[in-house]
Amino acid sequence: MSKPTPPLPRWADIVLLPLINLLAALVLCGLVIFAIGENPFAALKVMINGAFVYQGALGYTLFYTTSFIFTGLAVAIAFHARLFNIGAEGQASLGGLGATLVAFAMAPIPGIIALPLAIGSAALFGAAWGIVPGYLQAKRGSHIVITTIMFNFIAAALLVWLLAGMMLEPGQFSPQSSLLPEQTWLPKIHEMLGWIGLKTTATPLNASFLIALCACLFFWVLVWRSRLGYEIRTVGQNQEAAHYSGINVARVIIITMAISGAFAGLMAINQIQGVSHKLILGFTAGYGFTGIAVALMGRNHPVGIFLAALLFGALVQGGTELDFEFTVITREMVLLIQGMIILFSGALAYMFNPPLARLLARIFGTKEDANA
Amino acid sequence: MLDFLYQTLLAFDATLRIATPLMLCAMAGIFSERSGIVDISLEGKLLSGAFVAATVAALTGSAWLGLGCAILAGITMSLIHGFACITHKGDQVVSGVAINILASGLTIVLGIALFKRGGQTPSLPKEDRFTPIEWWGVEMMDSVPVLGSIYRQLISGHNMLVYVALLCVPLTAFILYKTRFGLRLRAVGEVPQAVDSAGISVTWLRYRALILGGALCGIAGAYLSIAQGGNFVKEMSAGKGYIALAAVIFGNWKPFTAFFACLMFGFLDAVTARLEGYELFLIGEIPSQLMQAIPYILTVLLLAGFIGKPRPPAVIGQPYHK
Repeated sequence: MSKPTPPLPRWADIVLLPLINLLAALVLCGLVIFAIGENPFAALKVMINGAFVYQGALGYTLFYTTSFIFTGLAVAIAFHARLFNIGAEGQASLGGLGATLVAFAMAPIPGIIALPLAIGSAALFGAAWGIVPGYLQAKRGSHIVITTIMFNFIAAALLVWLLAGMMLEPGQFSPQSSLLPEQTWLPKIHEMLGWIGLKTTATPLNASFLIALCACLFFWVLVWRSRLGYEIRTVGQNQEAAHYSGINVARVIIITMAISGAFAGLMAINQIQGVSHKLILGFTAGYGFTGIAVALMGRNHPVGIFLAALLFGALVQGGTELDFEFTVITREMVLLIQGMIILFSGALAYMFNPPLARLLARIFGTKEDANA
Repeated sequence: MLDFLYQTLLAFDATLRIATPLMLCAMAGIFSERSGIVDISLEGKLLSGAFVAATVAALTGSAWLGLGCAILAGITMSLIHGFACITHKGDQVVSGVAINILASGLTIVLGIALFKRGGQTPSLPKEDRFTPIEWWGVEMMDSVPVLGSIYRQLISGHNMLVYVALLCVPLTAFILYKTRFGLRLRAVGEVPQAVDSAGISVTWLRYRALILGGALCGIAGAYLSIAQGGNFVKEMSAGKGYIALAAVIFGNWKPFTAFFACLMFGFLDAVTARLEGYELFLIGEIPSQLMQAIPYILTVLLLAGFIGKPRPPAVIGQPYHK
């Protein structure tokens, strides 16, 4: 406040700053790797090979990317209304439950009906788990951060109860359901490419990747090209102004949380209908929290979210490779990178901004000022 | 009847053991949140404290050194939180999430690098831990079926950190309500402008609140890994930081009510393990998962104003702009 800083040029804000933040995170993680006696560049090389170079690596990377696109969009849509949805994890769990329950109920029904219904119910269950905190925030004034955290734990308890109890596959000891009916499985991308005669390596990448891309487009149209999106952004900018301009703030908050929950719920179709074909306890694997990093890095824009999701997909897939190549560096390294990225591009978002803006203003002189 | 008494006593005893880290973390949360800083990073600080305590105790063979370093670890995490959201006015929730994830990652990465046991630290021998005096004492309980002696069993025979936690509660209340620092701390969470215009640094006050909280979380972590347990296991905090946060909210940001919330949550947990498989009169078997979810459900209900009226600090979550 005290020192006026020149405005950051737009290109720097959306390209340079995220890269600097990413670099800062990677440098710190590199220092940690160095401190435990390994070569950070060797680790980076292994991760890049694991994520992109080895046969089928890209398929795995894009498989994880799909999950992160969904959770990233979930967090981002809420951010646009200035709501912090930490509950993507719980909403995704409920999404998985929804998909599984409907898939089982659809056992005798052909896939053409059963498949979309199961997908829809993943979104619906996720939305329901988002609506309640949204309602409590909008109508009862409870803080959405705390409520969504609590809802994560309640969802986890619910899933343990169901999976260790009535949904447990007979004869199975680890908490998981039995296999979904086959017509509710999503086709793999390599199978789909096979239909048109292309032979590719079998990977877990499945049709939900395409759904995720559609979700990105939907997100863009919704936020920037629709009346609701305008209302969401207005509520995010200034609730009072939104109220006085005739927007029903409570309604917008609730709807935003429903959409957010639906995106999060869809993450489950990638994991369950796409690959495991059954509901497994803990299938969300913390990806709901990764969605926070993805949304922050992606600047709440679908293009940014896609790129950030790709980055995290590569990190997770490359991270599994670390397990094979090193004895002391494991895939948990990725958690560290993720934490650093959230710290730098989220909590410390304002740290590099003013010095960078001043530096750029000095380099480019008055030209940028004139543009601003 | 005696068996029932004995079971009740065991449940209370377990309650105290389970509630100890909750109490410490809840007091940490109260310091931080009363100063206006949202603290969802209790979980991460607890986890770091647990890891550092076990690591240092394993490397040096000194529980005290472990405890000291755990406190330092908690404070370090707090300082990161403060650097992000006091100095750079970043989002407090985002910073908290970052710290929790960082703590998960760092403890595992460093644990594997140091000990090569898949993220666990080696088991500590009894003399390197804060050991409880054999408080089980089943034979003694049988021989003296008097209520008084049973209570003496309950009150004595815990490890030192349990008593530290119990002392922390009145101490927190004293600091908050009876000292000048406490008055200013509460003021800075309600009307920071007033504190600022009196010439007192809002920044430094909030940093001190966070440092206190970090130290308390460090103690709680040490309790988990070198007092209650004998080594660090990855993700051993297992959501206790969040339950403590729930207790802070449920206790309306006040030390004693938060303390009772911790005891209640601890009791629920202790009873859950004992009720498993039992059919309750008229109710039937209660799923243990429902019992585990009760703290969260209660907190949601409280926050929504269905039970009591929550009164959070006025400027919680907002960075202070001069």
